[in-house]
Amino acid sequence: MALDSKVPDGPLAEKWDKHKFDLKLVNPANKRKYTVIVVGTGLAGGAAAASLGELGYNVLNFCIQDSSRRAHSIAAQGGINAAKNYPNDGDSIWRLFYDTVKGGDYRSREANVYRLAQVSNNIIDQCVAQGVPFARDYGGLLDNRSFGGAQVSRTFYARGQTGQQLLLGAYSSLMRQVEAGTVKMFTRHEMLDLVIQDGHARGIVTRDLVTGEVKSYAADAVAIATGGYGNVFYLSTNAKNSNGTAAWRCYKRGAFFANPCFTQIHPTCIPVSGDYQSKLTLMSESLRNDGRVWVTKKKGDKRSPTQIPENERDYYLEERYPSFGNLVPRDVASRNAKDVCDDGRGVGDTGLAVYLDFADAISRLGEHTIREKYGNLFDMYQRITDENPYKVPMRIYPAVHYTMGGLWVDYNLESTIPGLFVLGEANFSDHGANRLGASALMQGLADGYFVIPYTIGDYLATNGVSGASPDDAEFKAVEEEVNAGIDKLRSIKGKRTPTELHRELGLKVWEYIGMSRKEAGLKKALKEIPALKEEFWSDLKIPDDKDNLNKHLEFAGRLADYFELAELMAVDARDRKESCGGHFRDESQTEEGEAKRDDENFTHVSAWEYKGEGKKPQLNKEPLVFENVELTQRSYK
Amino acid sequence: MDNMTLNLKVWRQKDASSSGKMVDYKLDAVSQHMSFLEMLDVLNEKLIKDGEDPVEFDNDCREGICGTCSLVINGVAHGPWNGTATCQLHMREYKHGDTIAIEPWRAAAFPIIKDLVVDRSAMDRIMQAGGYVSMNAGGAPDANGLPIAKHFAEDAMDAASCIGCGACIASCPNASASLFTAAKISQLALLPQGAPERQRRALAMVEQMDAEGFGDCSNHAECEATCPKEISISHIARMKREYFKAALISKV
Repeated sequence: MALDSKVPDGPLAEKWDKHKFDLKLVNPANKRKYTVIVVGTGLAGGAAAASLGELGYNVLNFCIQDSSRRAHSIAAQGGINAAKNYPNDGDSIWRLFYDTVKGGDYRSREANVYRLAQVSNNIIDQCVAQGVPFARDYGGLLDNRSFGGAQVSRTFYARGQTGQQLLLGAYSSLMRQVEAGTVKMFTRHEMLDLVIQDGHARGIVTRDLVTGEVKSYAADAVAIATGGYGNVFYLSTNAKNSNGTAAWRCYKRGAFFANPCFTQIHPTCIPVSGDYQSKLTLMSESLRNDGRVWVTKKKGDKRSPTQIPENERDYYLEERYPSFGNLVPRDVASRNAKDVCDDGRGVGDTGLAVYLDFADAISRLGEHTIREKYGNLFDMYQRITDENPYKVPMRIYPAVHYTMGGLWVDYNLESTIPGLFVLGEANFSDHGANRLGASALMQGLADGYFVIPYTIGDYLATNGVSGASPDDAEFKAVEEEVNAGIDKLRSIKGKRTPTELHRELGLKVWEYIGMSRKEAGLKKALKEIPALKEEFWSDLKIPDDKDNLNKHLEFAGRLADYFELAELMAVDARDRKESCGGHFRDESQTEEGEAKRDDENFTHVSAWEYKGEGKKPQLNKEPLVFENVELTQRSYK
Repeated sequence: MDNMTLNLKVWRQKDASSSGKMVDYKLDAVSQHMSFLEMLDVLNEKLIKDGEDPVEFDNDCREGICGTCSLVINGVAHGPWNGTATCQLHMREYKHGDTIAIEPWRAAAFPIIKDLVVDRSAMDRIMQAGGYVSMNAGGAPDANGLPIAKHFAEDAMDAASCIGCGACIASCPNASASLFTAAKISQLALLPQGAPERQRRALAMVEQMDAEGFGDCSNHAECEATCPKEISISHIARMKREYFKAALISKV
């Protein structure tokens, strides 16, 4: 199938304005006749549901948490980018666009990224107007800080809790719409399938996580904003309940899945401490503004960090990348950490860590200033590790954090299924092969506040009221499938818990589809993952109750999808024989060990099409055309 | 120590309509490096293997920011560490042979769903009553158009850091939601963006709090003591001032 990105003609800077004019509108009085389902209440979903409600549509909004305020966007720490250029340091929409395309290693769609940079400024205005308490300086104006992959300070922040504050802003707008009656909120509801009628997405089937009731909801359009699939690795910085199920089930109904192998390994996380470990905790990238990354020059040096003299320390990022130093993009920082640890120079008990040292910054700026900037992060670090980072350097190591891959969408954020829109991390669109820090919040809110209200209106105006009802045969058929799927999990009655199996899957994904990928490992992955999947389907043990809260039943359903998703990640990683961004193929590196792209053969989006159980997915390519930036080997030296 | 044995007493309750009770479990091989919730994960793995029902407890980010986790641990909401949500409590607090009682949040307005999981939707309804600025996407002026003094912005941020976990309610002898409600009223009262609606907001949120069955504040300050974000009860004082002013002069 030929993929039509629907990118409008015309000069880059004029495309979105022109497109907004070309999009059809729904008359204000007619909006209430349309129903839109929004799944997810994070920055993308919450913002979309609230904005669509404000416009007057009927919105049905679903989340798995007990409140829409708990979506995982809340855990984002460092900040949100915008091209305001308040610091007068040379920023512009064009520069934010350029940095994002370059940071993504030239594997994103130019027009989408440009639009993202354009609306970034509206987001900051919107959030301030909602009462988001961004950091300010003494004159009362907004403060900015720097993030990786940029040489300007364009990151707005609210201490180390920016995601929380932005999400609570979106949540407050959402609560206002719930009160106004435009949005109906369904908490503790999990979307388990998509319903298609006459070739269009017309609704979803959910399970009420408290009562177990499986039920259909019909609408005129469906928007999925359910986040990424980082938990396929078991250990990640994602929340425990974050999962890929909603997106995966849309894939199995015909939505293409793009670039599944593009996963982001974040360089600064608290290292693993034991087998019981249930998740990894991120330490915001903003810490790299003031922290210096180092390891020992000598292999296996077990002295305490304070006893290691300056000349025996290797500040490897500052050394290798003098112009960006500790603020290289995430993929570069992560790979370098892995390299020095593989070289036997990792620190701490496990040797799988590097130091992030604030001693210089504390002596330059004073402990008070550092506490003001990062206090909550330092406290969190101390609670987890029992070490005081004001006195000894933090130990950090890369961990899975974000997935750039996701459901394929066109310029309107519409998937290959008409009427199914995908927002935020759940889509693939803006970050290419590597996302820059502080850009996830920007994209989620851009999609929700400023893109979907326009593009979904055009879809509704074009297609009219669907008249779909949960009583239609298509809905009943999908409900039956969902019920059968739940019963299948319950009927296995084996010996292994979902957690055990998930942990085992995670180790394989990390080993073979983690920070570096090679042909032999990917081949192994494609053998071992399906074998483990077999074991899952023959030896799973979960509590049986389906008519009551049963979190292990929920986990088992999500894990079943992770096995399939992990396989597709391996297939995609194997097909993409180049290195780019977070996807590092051992076979494709420069002499200096940097990722080496193959623009001739891989300047495309790989969009995978589901062909049925046990059948090979089909690869569809969307060529990426760069009319405004020149493709170069990324250099942060 | 990597090999502690603990005596757990856990509240078990099948569903909202059943009655519950404390059940004893002995758990071996607990490491001091584990988080409290990882210790419960280990218990649940054991229970599932033994064919018993695992203990249901709410949790999500495990970084102390989403506000999903709860638990009253040995009588204290979120356990013994100050300024720490349950998910950030680590087992180095405990020693071999300790007995730990684990209960759900208890408040009339928080009905139990199962075991340690409660229904906190009443807090959402308080927010729906007025915990927002009435503005639609698209109409905002430039973000730097209105300077806000740093100390106001900082105080607003202190209030805004509330994670909505409900510990304040669970630890209050009156099961009052005052600290939760005050945190939002106070945040928006401190910022110019919240000014146009401050009277209506104070009245509506306080009234909703009462309607949900939460008690009133009688200055015990247990809420402040257990708040994982250490939000000050001075915000309750501000809420009271906002409410009285609004009640006296409000035109809405």
